[in-house]
Amino acid sequence: MYNILIGGAAGQGIDTTVSILEKLLKHSGYYIYTTRDFMSRVRGGHNFSLLRFGTEVITSHSYCLDGIIALNEETIDIHKHELKEQGFILCDSSFDYPDTDLRVLKLPMNKIAKELGNGKASASVAVGAVLKLFGEPFTYIEEVMADVMKKEILEVNLNAAKAGYAAVEAKFNHLEGGYKDYMLISGSEALGLGAVAGGLKFYSAYPMSPSTAVLEYLASVGHKAGIVVEQAEDEIAAVNMALGASFAGARAMTGTSGGGFCLKVEALGFSGIAEIPLVAVDVQRPGPATGLPTRTEQSDLKFVISASQGEFPRLVIALRNQEDAFYQTFRALNLAEKYQIPVILLSDQYLGDSTACVKPFDISGLKQVSHAKEAQGEYLRYRITEDGISPRLIPGLTDHIVAADSDEHDERGWITESAEVRIQMVDKRMRKLKGLIEELSEPEFMGVEHCETLLLGWGSAYGPIKEAVSLLNKNGKGSYGALVFGDIYPLPQEKLKFYAKGRTLINVEQNATGQLASLIREQTGIECHKSILKYDGRQISGEEITKIVLEGGSR
Amino acid sequence: MDKFKTYETAWCPGCGNFSILNSLKTALEELGIEPNKVLMVGGIGQAAKTPQYLNANSFCGLHGRALPAAVAAKIANEELTVIVNSGDGDSYGEGGNHFIHNIRRNVNIAHFVHDNQIYGLTKGQASPTSGEGFITGVQTDGNLNTPLNPVLLAIASGAGFVARGFSGDSKQLVSIMKEAILYPGYAFVDILQPCITFNKVNTFAYYKNMAAPLEDDYDPTNRLEAIRMSMEVSEKIPTGILYREDRLDFHRKNGILNDGTPLIKRETQDQVLKDLIGSFI
Repeated sequence: MYNILIGGAAGQGIDTTVSILEKLLKHSGYYIYTTRDFMSRVRGGHNFSLLRFGTEVITSHSYCLDGIIALNEETIDIHKHELKEQGFILCDSSFDYPDTDLRVLKLPMNKIAKELGNGKASASVAVGAVLKLFGEPFTYIEEVMADVMKKEILEVNLNAAKAGYAAVEAKFNHLEGGYKDYMLISGSEALGLGAVAGGLKFYSAYPMSPSTAVLEYLASVGHKAGIVVEQAEDEIAAVNMALGASFAGARAMTGTSGGGFCLKVEALGFSGIAEIPLVAVDVQRPGPATGLPTRTEQSDLKFVISASQGEFPRLVIALRNQEDAFYQTFRALNLAEKYQIPVILLSDQYLGDSTACVKPFDISGLKQVSHAKEAQGEYLRYRITEDGISPRLIPGLTDHIVAADSDEHDERGWITESAEVRIQMVDKRMRKLKGLIEELSEPEFMGVEHCETLLLGWGSAYGPIKEAVSLLNKNGKGSYGALVFGDIYPLPQEKLKFYAKGRTLINVEQNATGQLASLIREQTGIECHKSILKYDGRQISGEEITKIVLEGGSR
Repeated sequence: MDKFKTYETAWCPGCGNFSILNSLKTALEELGIEPNKVLMVGGIGQAAKTPQYLNANSFCGLHGRALPAAVAAKIANEELTVIVNSGDGDSYGEGGNHFIHNIRRNVNIAHFVHDNQIYGLTKGQASPTSGEGFITGVQTDGNLNTPLNPVLLAIASGAGFVARGFSGDSKQLVSIMKEAILYPGYAFVDILQPCITFNKVNTFAYYKNMAAPLEDDYDPTNRLEAIRMSMEVSEKIPTGILYREDRLDFHRKNGILNDGTPLIKRETQDQVLKDLIGSFI
């Protein structure tokens, strides 16, 4: 497995460089796992991507580097201590970095680019050099570059890459992997694609990092898939638009990040009481308020499970990886439709912006549930039923009149203040939870079945925890397992109660207060013994978790 | 007749809402629209209860948020006649941002604002259109804020159909409402309406005296003239269609909807999904 870092200032073309490299390396058979770490600015600063590739499945980023591609000098200063002894630093000849470090590989990248007539093509010199360093052929690059670059600059960049390829010697061996025909997709793209599969017809959002990637992806496929993607004037409009569209029969979703979710909270309760299906995506970032806009955190869990005044059934699903993002978004749209409830999808910057190889999504088993129940006799939109689910007809597609009301209402949907009806309606709505709980997905167990130590996590910590469990068990000291939650509210409890018995429990979360541990304690009385918490906006890696566990400490 | 039926309301006897509701029902009857093809949308407030009081599909949403829900319902199914009835607090106060931006969006709906220059449901506080100096239990020194001029704001913001009606002139109101419902785009009507319980300044007699129907030779296609006419509120308050311009509405501008097939009647083909999946390989 190899691991390289591409770093530089915003605007230097890191994204394009990484995107070309990951496509080329996947094409040659490697499994790809790329994470993106960037600052909230359009120019300057220090941004980097970690591109990890190998011949086995990779689930976490790593800070043990085989190579640094430095587009500016700062990148070397910040990351050289993460570089392995036999690693390389690829940079421009003009950089003031001492040649006494034998790992450094200086190339006249800027000069080559200038001579070719476009100074900005210097990153392509690096692309060519990296291909050669890892023993890759120079065959597929034109196709990939044509895919991500404008026609006018294609030739000069190709020539730049060619020059870079010629300028270095191979350093690593090409490894034969079997992932050429896998998808290479980010969490946010997978989420959007899952929504397309789930029959999404309407998506409304206000741009907000890091959720904008979902908005952009859906906008890019809107025409093809017949989805209206509307940029709302604010998040309140976005969620109320989704509710209006959903009421009128279009599967609807709205997406944002924490601050935007705050604005949508009243409408979440409206979805609950008026029983209008809604999927609300929260791509988490560190808060509160503006927090760290482009970074990652898992600190909205306790917020979204209780967001909005009053009581109503809801489902919260934390997305665990790119594959999960696709299938769970499909499922979220179905469950929102089936139970006529709000379903909240929790992603985060780490998952949303990371790309990984995924087995091509299989849509053969995906069936959309129908949106309405037939009316028998008098049509009562909010008919009291045993399972709590009332017949939902679509206005205009039936001779019946359909009502939705944010006030408490009777079976017809008319406003009421009757104490008796109020109780019936609250009970009816809450009864939906019974069916919902029966179809919850239990957390995934990984590791040694009879382990001594059990890690507990949720959402995007899945990958790093998976790598950590594997590393810990290889280490030989103790035995380890983990439960990682996807469906998280209502909290599935069966496996938790089974595996928690007699084991040392450590919750691993990307927040400061241990929100999962707190939810587990509240719902089951089970207490975690230690916790590993990270809240600096940078995703914890499998190696970091391993190190902290082995040191016996909590963080 | 009376397809839209009559229900018991929670309004004060003598409230201007009654005649607005009756005018609306008459307009819908005269246009021959079936109740199951009408979607009435309201936010919160006394006027926003209108959808509860006629036989049509109804969506009683959140305070200030009638417009976003209404336009999206229309985007989902353009075969529905979508009408928002809500008050001045709901439309201009809590929902002011949506008012401006839905003028820009220009979805084909009608927006009827029952403008009584006061908050009725919360029992008598200043609204965005209350006059300066207007004393209430909250504005104890009199309203210090300049009143909003909704029709002026609408024309300035680029609305293609802007009218003002008066609840006391049903004949004119029915005619305006019909034009607004038929207008292919966002049609905005500010309706002067007395609040007999809380507004002792802008009474029925006040409006009766102030409301002045536009002359027959008034040209509603002249934007500058419409702006000038909208600014006239001190001597007389002109009523009628102040401004009208044909503009492409949301559905005609939208590359997905402009072929006329309602969004909810479109199926996404499996092949499209397979192609999208393939684009990542």
